[in-house]
Amino acid sequence: MYTFSNRLKIGSVILMAIGLLGMGYGFFTMPATVEEAKAMVASHDTGHGEAAAAEAGHAEGTGHAAVAESHDASHDEHLLHQLQNRPWAALYVAAIFFMVIALGVLAFYAIQRAAQAGWSPLLFRIMEGITAYLVPGGVIVFVILVLSVLHMNHLFVWMDPEVVEHDKLLQGKAGYLNPTFFLIRAVIFMGGWILYREYSRKLSLAQDTADDNTSFKKNFRISAGFLVFYLVTESMMSWDWLMSLEPHWFSTLFGWYVFASMIVSGITVIAMITIYLKSRGFLPNVNDSHVHDLAKYMFGFCIFWAYLWFSQFMLIWYANIPEEVTYFIARIADYKLPFFGMLATNFVLPFLLLMNSDYKRVNWFVVMAGIIILGGQYINFFQMIMPSTVGDQWYIGIPEIGAVMFFAGFFIFWVFRAIASAPLEAQHDPFIEESRHYHY
Amino acid sequence: MASKYIHAYYTDDDVLMLAVKRVKAAKHHIEEVYCPFPVHGLDKAMGLAPTRIAITSFMYGCLGLIVAIVMMNYMMIEDWPQDIGGKPSFTYIQNMPAFVPIMFELTVFFAAHLMVITFYLRSRLWPFKKAENPDIRSTDDHFIMEIELHDNEKELKDLLIDTGAVEINIAEKNSH
Repeated sequence: MYTFSNRLKIGSVILMAIGLLGMGYGFFTMPATVEEAKAMVASHDTGHGEAAAAEAGHAEGTGHAAVAESHDASHDEHLLHQLQNRPWAALYVAAIFFMVIALGVLAFYAIQRAAQAGWSPLLFRIMEGITAYLVPGGVIVFVILVLSVLHMNHLFVWMDPEVVEHDKLLQGKAGYLNPTFFLIRAVIFMGGWILYREYSRKLSLAQDTADDNTSFKKNFRISAGFLVFYLVTESMMSWDWLMSLEPHWFSTLFGWYVFASMIVSGITVIAMITIYLKSRGFLPNVNDSHVHDLAKYMFGFCIFWAYLWFSQFMLIWYANIPEEVTYFIARIADYKLPFFGMLATNFVLPFLLLMNSDYKRVNWFVVMAGIIILGGQYINFFQMIMPSTVGDQWYIGIPEIGAVMFFAGFFIFWVFRAIASAPLEAQHDPFIEESRHYHY
Repeated sequence: MASKYIHAYYTDDDVLMLAVKRVKAAKHHIEEVYCPFPVHGLDKAMGLAPTRIAITSFMYGCLGLIVAIVMMNYMMIEDWPQDIGGKPSFTYIQNMPAFVPIMFELTVFFAAHLMVITFYLRSRLWPFKKAENPDIRSTDDHFIMEIELHDNEKELKDLLIDTGAVEINIAEKNSH
């Protein structure tokens, strides 16, 4: 039985506190008026201001002063919305990222259950601990979505009736992309995931004291059922919460792409927490072969992610259809470093670091690779959300880092509390003995 | 030079594994074990050096990647540039995304095929090769452990029978 160590608890609380301050700073310094927004941009980089002035001068010279003025005003308004979006988007990226880790672990856990895997039952309690975060993490994301629907922020442009009024494409999509249905879907997705998580956890704990395998068998059946539900809802979730940020654009493999991100992040977190607990002297039966298997999954899903990223990119790049390429043009123009940098952190580095079979058994090496992968996957979600919400006004500054720190602290706090609430080894699982002797 | 070998026959892979461990523990050098199918963990029990085929595979993969890059650069940029889908082939880097599938395929192709060929050569397997296994039964249902003899026939025989060998033969053959 693991007890939540005080040092870790205090560390996570400090992370949350600093994170809250950082996010608070972001919301506090958010510009309220167009003038403030312009002043902020001007003080940040004079280059941009000069360019805008030159543009305005050019427009006046050609005798379209009135047009230029109104265009300028709408541009300023747009700028204000982008700057107002920034603290919200920073919050949203971090909230989504950590929720998605828990969701990825839930999918991985369900796969282990449905496949009746022999190697992994020793890790079930860690996975269950991580998926516990789905409840508060999901609720936070849901609250942010509700606040968006209530027009507290401008993350989702299609929620603005004025925008839809002037937009034929959005009117055509209104049957699906409307605030009510959007929230109903969110409730169904989250409700389904949390319901499975709680029920499966209950059955898993019941198996500890059981004399027969009824709980285990039931868990197997609901896990298989959940995977069907998950594959559909995960895909729709990615359209709703990520792709609809850019409501004109669509990609048919976006759901898979997000799935790759969540499963690789989730497995990385399982590996890191396993290695941490092992280094503290817990999990005596977890051996290098278990870590090796997790590292193999990390390696494999990194390649899978790169495969999907590239498939999405290449088809759109090659076809060169205007409404499709906008997504990548915005990212390559304004997000060059994170956009191409994440290829290094999410594919090239893990690929080279984890290629050697022996390195997958070296615990600190797996942790190092894991840190790179998690950083890269954060950037991945960052560049899915930021270009559509704040445009070129992005920066990884106090609001972004604050949000990550808050959610990291909260994640650690909640997950380790959940891990401490049950014995670390599942008892009476029919495969636990095989898992103890697992040897590759 | 012809040397004498002792061949111990086993009919079960678990028995064989235990036997290999005991023979190793008694400090005898096992020359070879002939099996009808791969026995998991046998290489480790025999104390064979870990395979280096993965390293060759990595090098072949790098070679394939380089070949793909050079090949596509020559075909599509230098020799016969074409405008495909409104993408004129002016520079390699501009058209690189279109070449990535080829780079991937050739990397895999080179790594896989050359690794298999390396494995065959390293295992001394080539066309018209005469089989090296001492007894045809090692392709059916017998495992044969081969140990070189150094005037310790009696002692070895006792040990091998004790480990569960079903048959023991002494053979002479030329070392390769």
